[in-house]
Amino acid sequence: MKKSILNGVMGGVVAALVSSAAWAEPVDDELVIDGDIKMVVRTKAPEGHPFDEIRSGWQYRTKETRALEVDSFNNPGMLRVEEGEGIWNTADGTEGKSCADCHGDASESMKEVAAHYPKWDAQSNRPINIELMINKCRTERMGAEAYEFDKGGQKSLTAYIKHQALGTPVSIDLTQGDMQSWWEKGKEEYYTRTGQLNLSCSNCHEDNAGNYIRADHLSMGQVNGFPVYRLKQADLVSLHNRFRGCIRDTRAEQPKAFSDELMALEVYVTWRGTGLSVETPAVRN
Amino acid sequence: MNSARNLIAVAVMAGSLAATAAWAETAPDDVKFEDGAVAMSVSGNAGDAKAGAGVFKNKKLGNCLACHANSDMKNELFHGEVGPALDGVADRYSVDQLRAIVANSKEVFGDQTVMPGFYTLKVGKNPAKEFAGKTILSAQDVEDVVAYLATLKE
Ligand code: HEC
Ligand code: HEC
Ligand code: HEC
Repeated sequence: MKKSILNGVMGGVVAALVSSAAWAEPVDDELVIDGDIKMVVRTKAPEGHPFDEIRSGWQYRTKETRALEVDSFNNPGMLRVEEGEGIWNTADGTEGKSCADCHGDASESMKEVAAHYPKWDAQSNRPINIELMINKCRTERMGAEAYEFDKGGQKSLTAYIKHQALGTPVSIDLTQGDMQSWWEKGKEEYYTRTGQLNLSCSNCHEDNAGNYIRADHLSMGQVNGFPVYRLKQADLVSLHNRFRGCIRDTRAEQPKAFSDELMALEVYVTWRGTGLSVETPAVRN
Repeated sequence: MNSARNLIAVAVMAGSLAATAAWAETAPDDVKFEDGAVAMSVSGNAGDAKAGAGVFKNKKLGNCLACHANSDMKNELFHGEVGPALDGVADRYSVDQLRAIVANSKEVFGDQTVMPGFYTLKVGKNPAKEFAGKTILSAQDVEDVVAYLATLKE
């Protein structure tokens, strides 16, 4: 097949395609951001994981896309992180307070925090992620409205907070509250086939990681870069938006953002990336 | 009196058969898989290989290229590699076997296969409303794709 495509009429374009298919395995490049922050993009999987070794989605992207993450000046997602910083410092709600009024300098107070989310939230008796934590502070402490999914400053503020954990290896505490049973529920979802196409997350991100599905190089479906900057959308894309997109592609009904289904999936899939550095805002195609 | 009743019954049966023409097309649940093969056309008609090539590459229909490379379509960008290349597939399988693979690959390769069933109602959880109770391909699409696959010889 490769030979006949090379002999084909499309010349350069097809040749480029063939060469990428020939190296369908992820690259082993290391990621050092701004010549300074050494990222873990490949590491030993946690115990009980189906793989021996896990890899960041960064290693599955093209050279050009990978390069955009190496220098934060070139990373188009950084503009949205700066926007998040603006929101952090702006008062909102009936209390007239900003995030900074209580939390001060985020590079201190939020350093590494997001690497350990989702966490158990005793108050709501379910796991909580950064988006919901922001809404909790907005509604309970600022007298402001909760952000609707993907609206207002939700994506940029989440990216700003997660960016404060840049480089920190992901690790979540499954011993808190009922985290373990949410993990189990997420695991069950991960292996359940959905939709008319009858596919599970594992069919693509476990059975076929490293293979091309049409134009897309399938990665392990890791969450360590979210919100990610997607070149296709020219915008930040939130994790639950990505989950919903992957589920839609199996031609199944999409669960709502922050629903029990997607929170359980977030707990489980985050665990599958234990040890990988937080990359927010990662750049993906 | 008895014979009159029989006459009416026969008339009703004939009427409903003619009205739906259901005896030509096989419904998804009625497709008979035997030894990894489906012996009869599911649409009742022959397939058209040219139309089948269209179904094969159309992302909304077969989208077969998403998972399979196919040198016969080298002008199409992006061939997937989730399944095997389909070059020479007609040398490896009979037409009846190809029909079974397309209609419901699980019947041929087992439940673990990643390949979707294109003419079956045995699908995954929570199918989206617009697709619920429907097959990915119509019976005639299946026959067309099978006719196209039958041309892939080496
Ligand atoms: C009136 C003070 C106050 C304001 C204003 C406030 N927070 Fe909080 N925030 C808290 C307190 C107290 C906690 C810890 C208790 C808790 O978990 O609810 C907290 C916890 C958090 C945490 C979890 C930290 C951790 O270590 O897990 C995050 C993230 C957070 N806030 C983000 C924000 C953001 C973003 C804003 C602005 C939209 C904000 N907060 C505004 C008081 C505030
Ligand atoms: C039909 C195949 C398919 C299925 C099924 C699928 N995905 Fe994906 N997913 C993709 C593709 C293609 C991409 C983009 C390329 C990549 O990173 O793999 C992607 C990307 C992702 C990413 C982003 C990875 C990154 O580095 O930015 C996550 C997270 C993800 N998927 C999670 C899931 C989860 C959870 C499920 C199950 C609910 C799922 N996917 C089901 C095809 C699939
Ligand atoms: C989501 C990926 C996927 C899609 C889409 C898909 N297939 Fe497959 N196909 C596979 C896989 C995987 C196999 C290997 C079977 C196995 O062992 O599980 C396969 C096997 C086959 C085979 C047998 C090939 C051989 O050499 O043994 C044929 C024929 C085939 N597919 C035809 C098609 C056609 C025609 C379409 C479109 C109508 C299609 N496939 C769509 C994944 C896919």
